[in-house]
Amino acid sequence: MQASDRFNINSQLEHLQAKYVGTGHADLNRFEWAVNIQRDSYASYIGHYPMLSYFALAENESIGRERYNFMQKMLLPCGLPPDREEE
Amino acid sequence: MYLYNLTLQKPTGVVCAVNGNFIGGKTQEIVVARGKVLDLIRPDESGKIQTLYSVEVFGTVRSLIQFRLTGSQKDYLVVGSDSGRIIILEYNKERNVFDKVHQETFGKSGCRRIVPGQYVAVDPKGRAVMIGACEKQKLVYVLNRDTAARLTISSPLEAHKSHTIFYSITGVDCGFDNPMFAAIELDYSEADQDPTGQAASEAQKHLTFYELDLGLNHVSRRWSEPIDNGANMLVTVPGGGDGPSGVLVCAENFVIYKNQGHPDVRAVIPRRADLPAERGVLIVSIATHKQKSMFFFLLQTEYGDIFKVTLDYEGERVSNLKIKYFDTIPVTSAMCVLKTGFLFAASEFGNHALYQFQAIGSEEDVEATSATLMETEEGFQPVFFQPRKLKNLVRIDQIQSLMPIMDMKVANLFEEETPQIFTLCGRGPRSSLRILKPGLPVSDMASSSLPGLPNAVWTVKKNVSDEFDAYIVVSFPNATLVLSIGETVEEVSDSAFLDTTPSLAVSLLGDASLMQVHPNGIRHIREDGRVNEWKTPGKKTIVKVGSNRLQVVIALSGGELIYFEMDMTGQLMEVEKHEMPGDVACLDIAPVPEGRQRSRFLAVGSYDNTIRILSLDPDDCMQILSVQSVSSPPESLLLLEVQASIGGEDGADHPASVFLNAGLQNGVLFRTVVDMVTGQLTDTRSRFLGLRPPKLFSVMVRGRRAMICLSSRPWLGYIYQGHFLLTPLSYNALEYAASFSSDQCAEGVVAVSGEELKIFTIERLGEAFDESVIPLRYTPRKFILLPKWKSLVIIESDQGAFTAQEREESKKECFEMDGTNENGNAMDIAEEEDEERDDAFADEQYGYPKAASDKWASCIRILDPKKQGLDSTTCLLELQDNEAAFSLCTVNFHDKDHGVLLAVGTAMGLQFWPKRSITAGFIHIYKIVNDGRGIELLHKTKVEGVPLALCQFQGKLLAGVGSVLRVYDLGKKRLLRKCENKLFPNNIVSIHTYRDRIYVGDMQESFHYCKYRRDENQLYIFADDSVPRWLTSSFHIDFDTMAGADKFGNVYFVRLPQDISDEIEEDPTGGKIKWEQGKLNGAPNKLEEIVQFHVGDNVTCLQKASLIPGGGECIIYGTVMGSIGALLAFSSREEVDFFNHLEMHMRQEHPPLCGRDHMTYRSAYFPVKDVFDGDLCEQFPSLPYDLQKKIADELDRTPAEVLKKLEDIRNKII
Repeated sequence: MQASDRFNINSQLEHLQAKYVGTGHADLNRFEWAVNIQRDSYASYIGHYPMLSYFALAENESIGRERYNFMQKMLLPCGLPPDREEE
Repeated sequence: MYLYNLTLQKPTGVVCAVNGNFIGGKTQEIVVARGKVLDLIRPDESGKIQTLYSVEVFGTVRSLIQFRLTGSQKDYLVVGSDSGRIIILEYNKERNVFDKVHQETFGKSGCRRIVPGQYVAVDPKGRAVMIGACEKQKLVYVLNRDTAARLTISSPLEAHKSHTIFYSITGVDCGFDNPMFAAIELDYSEADQDPTGQAASEAQKHLTFYELDLGLNHVSRRWSEPIDNGANMLVTVPGGGDGPSGVLVCAENFVIYKNQGHPDVRAVIPRRADLPAERGVLIVSIATHKQKSMFFFLLQTEYGDIFKVTLDYEGERVSNLKIKYFDTIPVTSAMCVLKTGFLFAASEFGNHALYQFQAIGSEEDVEATSATLMETEEGFQPVFFQPRKLKNLVRIDQIQSLMPIMDMKVANLFEEETPQIFTLCGRGPRSSLRILKPGLPVSDMASSSLPGLPNAVWTVKKNVSDEFDAYIVVSFPNATLVLSIGETVEEVSDSAFLDTTPSLAVSLLGDASLMQVHPNGIRHIREDGRVNEWKTPGKKTIVKVGSNRLQVVIALSGGELIYFEMDMTGQLMEVEKHEMPGDVACLDIAPVPEGRQRSRFLAVGSYDNTIRILSLDPDDCMQILSVQSVSSPPESLLLLEVQASIGGEDGADHPASVFLNAGLQNGVLFRTVVDMVTGQLTDTRSRFLGLRPPKLFSVMVRGRRAMICLSSRPWLGYIYQGHFLLTPLSYNALEYAASFSSDQCAEGVVAVSGEELKIFTIERLGEAFDESVIPLRYTPRKFILLPKWKSLVIIESDQGAFTAQEREESKKECFEMDGTNENGNAMDIAEEEDEERDDAFADEQYGYPKAASDKWASCIRILDPKKQGLDSTTCLLELQDNEAAFSLCTVNFHDKDHGVLLAVGTAMGLQFWPKRSITAGFIHIYKIVNDGRGIELLHKTKVEGVPLALCQFQGKLLAGVGSVLRVYDLGKKRLLRKCENKLFPNNIVSIHTYRDRIYVGDMQESFHYCKYRRDENQLYIFADDSVPRWLTSSFHIDFDTMAGADKFGNVYFVRLPQDISDEIEEDPTGGKIKWEQGKLNGAPNKLEEIVQFHVGDNVTCLQKASLIPGGGECIIYGTVMGSIGALLAFSSREEVDFFNHLEMHMRQEHPPLCGRDHMTYRSAYFPVKDVFDGDLCEQFPSLPYDLQKKIADELDRTPAEVLKKLEDIRNKII
């Protein structure tokens, strides 16, 4: 890699994408975008305790269980990814 | 509109709690995070939890952990918050504050996925701290001390792992080897790429150990091994000589011991016998107890059962893991085991409790061990148990918690001076209606009736060095009664007090002599029993007295003042006389200052509406130093020293100022500062206390002089954490009061009221409300007031619960089973049933048994709040067939003769997952019978969605059914549809009406303003909001304005611009608005946001009310975390400017404790607009004096003026 490459826009983007999870790119598909949004949402629910309590109240579960459920949902928040060919 | 936000009740729920020696002595304290507030609490000698310090941090505290440097005696506190910074705090005992020792920035602020703050863990030897996020990022900071023994922190070392979710992190105890941290990790990178789902189903959680190499200053992944896929939490096992080291992995149904190079030791968590088979058992909170010789863990499951976990080990080999049933208490968010044998249990919903250990579970009980673990083809064999009464713990204190406030209304149903706040709190079996009255809670100690109507009461000690009072002296119109205080309080006649005359004052004089002032003279009773009597000259009588230990001033009829002083020999000597222009209304002398001969000032109030300060110095004795005119004749005076800033535990950092308090005849309390040198009066403030002229008395509160003001209700003026607070007592009106101290009651108040003598104490200072609690059955959802009958209608519903009937049956079955299985005789069963009956609140402790998630239990309750406890419910209607009530309103159909009817919206078989679905929705119509004490079903109407909002509108019923707004009229057999509008985006959750406008709140899309055209029988939307808001509550402010709160913790007001509003009202045909089209399917007009504020807590209810008589109306809000706040509209531009600038300076000079910027916090989702944060402004008195001075200078005022402003605005609210 040449020194000038470091400053071109693509390598800067790549750097950002590596550093900040969820940074988009031109070829981002609908599924990937949704997965990111969902994971961000779940992380926010877990981080904001009043919100977590609010969910726990609605579902009549303990707050600890609700937190665990949200963590579990971060694995596949939008179901299975679509087939590559279909796109 | 500009608003002032003030929290009236701080959040009462608890997010997390840790215990440690934060003060640095032998005592253990607990730091409790309540979302945005950090509290330092500890149990006192009598086992009552006391708050030492409480601070709002203007950020979200997500995790806490304490650590200690080796060899130190004091713990530091690490805070994981949403500030993108790691914060290390140390408690400063001298100033009673948390000092920020370190603040290191590592990322963006906010609760984000990859910004650390969610988890914190420390090395048990205090050498390193790890702070982690939900995903990817973990940072390790090395902690050390420098040459001056100050704590140092390194730059962060990264231990990141991409595409990995973290469930828990903890430190591993490995003695003085390199620090290690353990984490539960789940890698999702392959699952994201694999469309077949195979990778996702094979995704495996790993337990990973990270080693911090102190020599290389580097963190490396040391070891990683697959673990049970239900793992959710880690617990450190003591190591390095104290134990086998390693970690306990808590997983669904299992606890597994794991360590590097050690085989897994697994045991099942016992299950409740009545738990459905498909439900797992998850550990939600943990507490570790470690002594020199032993350690154990208390793990609490999501159902509330606590298990004691112990390990059998030899060296570093663990041979057996034992899980024994310990006790069942309500589910906690955090537990702390204190060295003194207490268990602090912070409940996730409802009251917190302090338990004392009776035993540590060494007795026989249900136990699951790794040695007896049975694995069959179906998996591991479960172990069952039945929850039972507390055996190892006994509850000794409760801390009230309002969390969560589900609904709230402010009304004056009790017809008292101030309105009451009715709140629905709690969940499931622990839910309650709490009635909050502004005022300090008071607990009655004793009450006895007296012969006749007393007009005054005093307490005296026999000697100045005595700890307790010796006599209570009660004065009647023509006699004096003396009661001696011993084990009991009884009348005595050997006290040498004159009992045939009324008394004007009774007090201790000098070191050990007593004084009684009566209308005809002063009786001085010496220590040895000699009595000196001073008689009034001529026909004059004494009318008023002021005295302290060495000085006495009497006012004779006609206005003559005579001043006495005690000389060296203990003789009371007349010093000076002074003729006042008229009769004296009241007078007071301050207590003799420490190390002085006399108090310098005498305050005299006259009937000519003036108060004069006279000198008592020998040089200028009885000279008038200053005169203050007041609005009405003063009734009572009190000189009180106030230290208005904190410092030390009580706050003696700054010179105290002496306040002259005067109760005026028009009911106003007038306070002014007395200059200690010149006696000049400056800085006056006044406050209306009640309809009767306030009488002022001095009492002791926490060892300091405080003031009791008796008007039409009693008030207490005292210093709490550096603030002078004047709060009403939640007690009846009193005539006369004095402080009281005896063996049984160290700090109380004795008072007379009517013919009664009362003794009471004030236990928890600083509380804003006195609550009374009425228990409910299921999670309360909403309620309405029936003002005509002064009763409440409450709807309660619980998901995944059995109805009362089903529970009763299963309980019976259970007993029968027990009987047959154990071949127990009939007597056993009877006994057990008796026990069951004794245990009336058993459900509250154990929780309801879990049912499938599509089962609902629900009831409608009518309640008379004036009655206590269970008697208050006058009607309870349990809904059948999985129906659950979600909305209610009263409705008066205009053409029918039923009068007021109750409409309740219900859903049958509601399910949220995988998609919201219902079997049917209903609107029930009930007749109110028995004078508002009962209801009778008229009919019910099936609807296609959940009716989440109901409202009366022009003699018809408006219902929000799913996304449809519909108008119903009453029919004979059912409701009749009249008109509907289907254009709402999601779900209608609130409906308010005013004239012909309808304000509809949508679940996700904020407010929609509608109009109903009667002639065309049409509903149309003419305006909506431009921002998607997930509404949680709403309130109608005025014709064009609505207040709302969203799910993310914001409060906002929207207003329809005036010109648009006029246009709509002036459109006679309605044709224009009706056919006007908005863009993108929206309404043609848009609302404007006029107020926006991030509360930082989910607001669940809004209400407009004024909490004090004659006070301005403000918006009161209640939150999920159990806090109550108020938004007050400013009345003048000048005030707006002042608070705007004060807030600005406070933001600059006093940034919040946990590193979150105040402005960005209040603008977390939308930029804050036109709200000034009183919670920040009220931290002004806690600043160091020079900083106060600096800010005040910038504002062109003095610090005292700023304090006065703060006090004034608080007094407008509560």
